[in-house]
Parts: sequence; C-alpha cells; structure tokens
Amino acid sequence: MSRLQVVSGKGGTGKTTVAAALALALATEGKRTLLVEVEGRQGIAQLFETEALPYEERKIAVAPGGGEVYALAIDPELALLDYLQMFYKLGGAGRALKKLGAIDFATTVAPGIRDVLLTGKACEAVRRKDKKGRFAYDYVVMDAPPTGRITRFLNVNDEVAGLAKIGPIHNQAQAVMRVLKSPETAVHLVTLLEEMPVQETADGIAELRAARLPVGRVIVNMVRPQVLDAADLELVGTVKRSSVAQALSAAGLGGARRGGNAEKLVDPLLRQAAEYAERYALEQEQRGALGELGLPLGELPLLAEGMDLAGLYELATELRKQGLS
Amino acid sequence: MSPDPAEAQETAEGRGSAKERSSAEGREQGRRLSPARVLDVDPLLDDPKTRIVVCCGSGGVGKTTTAAALGLRAAERGRKVVVLTIDPARRLAQSMGIDSLDNVPRRVKGTEDQGEASGGDAAEGGGGRRAGGELHAMMLDMKRTFDEVVEAHADPERAAAILANPFYQSLSAGFAGTQEYMAMEKLGQLRAKDEWDLIVVDTPPSRSALDFLDAPKRLGSFLDGRLIRLLTAPAKLGGRAGMAFLNVGMSMMTGTLGKLLGGQLLKDVQTFVAAMDTTFGGFRTRADATYKLLQAPGTAFLVVAAPERDALREAAYFVERLAAEEMPLVGLVLNRVHGSDAGRLSAERALAAAENLEDPRIVDQGGGKAGLRNSPESYGSSRSPASETSDASETATDATASEEGSPADTERPVDRLTAGLLRLHADRMQLLAREQRTCDRFTARHPEVAVVEVPALPGDVHDLTGLRDIGTRLAAGATERTDATERREPT
Repeated sequence: MSRLQVVSGKGGTGKTTVAAALALALATEGKRTLLVEVEGRQGIAQLFETEALPYEERKIAVAPGGGEVYALAIDPELALLDYLQMFYKLGGAGRALKKLGAIDFATTVAPGIRDVLLTGKACEAVRRKDKKGRFAYDYVVMDAPPTGRITRFLNVNDEVAGLAKIGPIHNQAQAVMRVLKSPETAVHLVTLLEEMPVQETADGIAELRAARLPVGRVIVNMVRPQVLDAADLELVGTVKRSSVAQALSAAGLGGARRGGNAEKLVDPLLRQAAEYAERYALEQEQRGALGELGLPLGELPLLAEGMDLAGLYELATELRKQGLS
Repeated sequence: MSPDPAEAQETAEGRGSAKERSSAEGREQGRRLSPARVLDVDPLLDDPKTRIVVCCGSGGVGKTTTAAALGLRAAERGRKVVVLTIDPARRLAQSMGIDSLDNVPRRVKGTEDQGEASGGDAAEGGGGRRAGGELHAMMLDMKRTFDEVVEAHADPERAAAILANPFYQSLSAGFAGTQEYMAMEKLGQLRAKDEWDLIVVDTPPSRSALDFLDAPKRLGSFLDGRLIRLLTAPAKLGGRAGMAFLNVGMSMMTGTLGKLLGGQLLKDVQTFVAAMDTTFGGFRTRADATYKLLQAPGTAFLVVAAPERDALREAAYFVERLAAEEMPLVGLVLNRVHGSDAGRLSAERALAAAENLEDPRIVDQGGGKAGLRNSPESYGSSRSPASETSDASETATDATASEEGSPADTERPVDRLTAGLLRLHADRMQLLAREQRTCDRFTARHPEVAVVEVPALPGDVHDLTGLRDIGTRLAAGATERTDATERREPT
C-alpha cells in the first residue's frame, strides 16, 4: 500500500469526503495517518465538525481499533517561511521578504512555487521519521486539487526543476518528484456515475499516465441503491395503470377508482419510475465507460441522511470492506 | 408558460430584481424550497442595461451549463450575446462549436431566430422569442490571452523577448492565478470591443472560487510593490539616503533570492520583469478597470449552487464576499432541485405501504392503518388524516375486490413493482426533505437573496435543445410556483 495517497476528483464528487474516509480507514487498527488539505477551503474541519484547522498537525479523530487521524491544512505562505527557517535559518529574512511582498509573490504569482510548497510539505510528512527511526505517519492522505488540475499540480516540481536548473529549489523539486513518481504514491480519482465526471476522470487518468504519475484506483462515490431491477423496469412500460392503482389501494393508500387517492398516485409514481429508468440506463453506460479504464474500481454508497461524521465512519468501514485501504 | 401579463409588467419594471411574494402563496403544498424572494431571469436578460452576467459558484454545480443556457435564452429573446466559458465539458463545447481554441468568439449555429419582430413586448408570453438576437461563444485560452496583452503593450522587439522568456512561458501556461487574471482580462477586452450587448461569463474553477475577484487587485499590488522595484533596479534603491536599514534588507534579499531560486532563475525573472516594466502600467490600469466594470450597474452576479450542503455553504460565502466587494449580486440559481408530483404522500407512508405490499398479512388490517406513521415534518401530513378517513371505506372494498382474484401473493410482479415505486418515492421524498433543510439554512442566513430553482434533469446537457430546456426551466422557476400549487392540490 502506497504511503502517500492522493485523492482527486471533479468538483462536486466528494473528494474531500473520500479523502477523509480513506484517512480514517487507513488509521484503523492502531495506525496513524495524516490528512492533508492544500486548497485552503477548510473542508476537513467542516467534515469533522471542528473549528478551522491551523497550520499545525493536529489530531482530529480516533479510528476504530485505536488508530489516530491527524489533519493539516497547509498554508503556502507559512510553509514557505517554515521552509526558509528550516533550511536556511532565515526567520528574519522571511519577515523582510514578507514586507517586500516577496512572500505574496512567491505563493500567489510566481509560477509553481505555491504548488511546490504544498507538495513539498506533504512529501516531507511522508518521509519524516521519529527518533527511533519509525515513520511519523503510516500514511499521508492528500485532499488534492480537482482532476482538471491534478497532473499539473503534482508535476509542477518537474517544471520548476527545469526552470531553476541549479540551487536548492531545484534539489527540493527533484526530491519531491522522486516521491511522487514512485510506488510510494498512488493517485485516486473520485467520480460519480454521471457523464461529465466520468469523462473528466478518463481525461485525468490519461494525463497522469502521460506524466508517469502513479494512478491508483477510481472510486465511484454516492452510488444510489438499486430500487427497481431490470424486470421491474420492463414492467413499468407495460403495466396496466389500474393494476398499480389496485396494488396501491391494497397497500392502504386510498381508492383505486378514477379520482381515488391511490389512483391519483399512479401517474406521478410511474413518472418517477421513468426518470429512474432513464438515469439507470445512463449510469449503466457510465459504469461501462469506467470499466474500460482498466483500473480497480471502488464504490461508496450515497448516504440517505446526507454527510455527517457518523456517515464518514460508515464510508471508512465500507472502504475497508472493499479492501481499498 | 404563460405568465400573467400584469405580473410580467411588474417584473419588467423591477428589472430582474426579485419580486416579493407572499410566503403563504405556493409554499404550503407544491414547491418545497421556499425562498422569501424569487429571481426572475427574463427581465434581467431582456433589460438592455444588463451588459454583463457573471456566473460564479463552486465546482460541479452547473456553472458553465447555466451560463450557456442564459446566453442562449437571451439571444433567442433578441439580444446579441457572447458567452465566455472557461472550461466547458467537451460535448457541450462541441455542440456550441467552440471546441477549437482560437480565443475569439464564434457565432453559434442553430439558435432559433424566429423573425417574430412583433413579439417584442415584454408583457407578452409565448416564450418571448424575438428577432435580431445572436449567440456567440468562446472558450478562454489563457496563454494566448496573456500573449495578446504583452503584444498590445510592448513594442514588437520587447514583446518577442518577453514571449521567449522561460519564466514568462511558465507563468502564462497556467500556474495558480493566471486563469483568473486572464478570464478577467478577456472579459475586459470583450466589453471594450462593444460588439455585443450582453456578455455572459462563467468563472474559473478556482481553489477559492472568488480568486477572479482578487486576481486584478493582487496583480496590481504586486506590480506596485517594492519587490518589482527591487528586481528591476536594486542599485537605484540602494543609493538613496535614509534607506540604510532597508538597504541591508535589500542586499540580504537579493542574496536570499539568488540562493533560493538559483542564479539563473533569478536572472530569468529579472529579465522578465525588466522587459515587462513598460507594460506594467497598462496591466494595472486594465486590472483596475475590469474590477470597476464588475462593480458597475450593468453587471449582474449570479451565484450558482446545487441544493447540497457544501455547494450552499460556498454560495453563502460568495454572497458575503460579493457584498463586501460591493459587487452587484442579483440572485442565486439553485440547480438540480428535485420535486415530486406526489408530494402529499410522505416517505413514511410510502414505506409503510411498500411493506404492506411485501408482507400481505398487514393488508388485512383494512385501510392499511397499521404502520402508517405520519411524521409531523412530512409534506402534506396535515391534510392526510381527513382524506384518509373519507377514503377508508372505499379502500376496504377495493382491497377485498383485489384479494378475490389472487389472494395476497407477494411474488405478484405488480405488487413487487408497486412496492418498488413506493420505495422509490420514499427515497425521493427523503431527498426533498434534505434539500429543503439545506436550503432553509441558506435562506435563514441570507433572506435578502432572490432564488430561482431549476428542476433536476435525469441526464447531462450537451446540445442546444438541452440548453434551451434549461433556459425554459430557469425562467419558469419564477412562475412555476403557482402552477405547481394548482397541479399538486388534491381533489
């Protein structure tokens, strides 16, 4: 199992949720994981129902069986100052740089520096060891930028290494790239069974592969339960309205005669079934498209009650059951 | 689809601003999500004073589709529209003919120009199609846009030097923020051309989705900053009296930067900055102008969201940020809202009835009263006891009648199917309740924001017909509420 698990996905597919559930699942049975956020959205804090995360590794959850999940929201500006201090003892210069707007420049305007800092910090956590020589974290899970930007984000160090041909940034960028392109890393893509996310997933995989970044698996999120099977759906087209009305009436929903309460439900219910059938067919089509990607697939159910902390543990259990963690 | 003329009149006067509706109207039965104010998009699109519509929102909520649908609708209502999209889905781009990246607007074929010049009365219904409209669309090419800016502001020799600079090449190829700058730059260009009377713009899927607002300012403060002066002319600064302290910082700085970046990259940056020096003024002026353009009265911001927790939380953040920046927000487009024509059958009753069908012994209890738990929160529960009682005798006879034929066999396909239909309905009602709660939270926080709901479609939209349908749904959001009430009223 790769020690750096990067989770990406189209916006709206629930990648933060999946990343958090994965961190929980990987922490099960006494392990320690670090869940890293790089986009400053405080999605992790909201998911775990805690206050906003500072730039500090902080325990946010206990996993079943005694494991621990730590979380870190990487702030590029602080990461840069941190980095300057760590490697160059430049705390004072850092402040001068900030005054000049150089930090702002470096983290917002300058090409790639921001992304180098973010991936660099995550890789540092992956490689960090304690005094006894054990890894500080068994796994690092990154809630990464969306599919459309993931390859550029992870590959930025290559580009920076090319731009800065010598010097510490060059070395740092190369060191990060060594981790990201090794089997120590796996990039997972979260999708829904809808056309656009699936298309974007396929495009994202092609880009990752072209950049020689290690693709992990595709996780289909928010999979709706199957309510009507193929036989039911076939019957929807042919069934007599009156038989459905009678069945509804027999179930205690009013009269089956024209104008009766049960009878009035027939059309709306059949319409909903037709919508279901249409969506079901589209979902099957997307399943087929995902199957062609040649990657292991995982599936997480749509939680009827919406996402909350309990739901997160449910998803973590599901991930373990499917051997995804 | 035939709005009350008086009402249309009133909204035309109100210029796309929300009309207040009595909260009792329509809320009781039909519509589920009940914002205090309803956004009517047609008056907004029709008003010649509306020159820019900006669609913003978090990823995956249908921003691009909404922008395209609004553009198409405005064009078919007689306006000359250009839609600027940032990153459209491939099939949508193909259907609009903008899948090739040439960074100039192209006329979209297949928009309906009915030639109904007479239909131009705002108060008239019938889809409101008017002649003379045109739809153009383009997809942003940020590198090209950046290149154009450089070329426009520097002499050819200098421009060539900039374009060949490695630092510039990475910057323009799309690192953090470039897309936002260039989207705003393109918007400014399109507006300056004055070829279109309405520009609909979709915003980039940024980390924090309001980066496009910050981008011009950030660029401006960077360009005005001391860092630029340091990079361009460190010697000049160092020579000034009274700057001794700063001077120390400066030389340390240059040293630090050199150490960090490596001498060659620092040189690239310095060359770039030096070459760009003359163009910076123009950059800054344009960035400021674009920012002011966004605040101007002809601009309308629409926040796009889906009735989901994260999307609406982000939407609330947008609303607050836009207010803080004094950007003119006109409302929230709530996409993919679910509805049900059987809204008075609660999830609980549907499930209980499904169980009755799957376990026939309960049916014998006549009228299915067993297990008919009506949650006080469920829709229509208030009226069900009465109708239930009046219906009960009828039910009993019906049930008996059906049992004569085939005595309660769970394997009967129709029963199985009906149970499935009821479970499907229960799922739908639970989804509605969840969407309602989520939206209530938003409305409670921002009651001032006008909302229009767009009903969910089963599939994706990737052609003009689909966009037109979305447009109709967008416009109908304002009028449907009353229709829906009528449709869903029992009896």
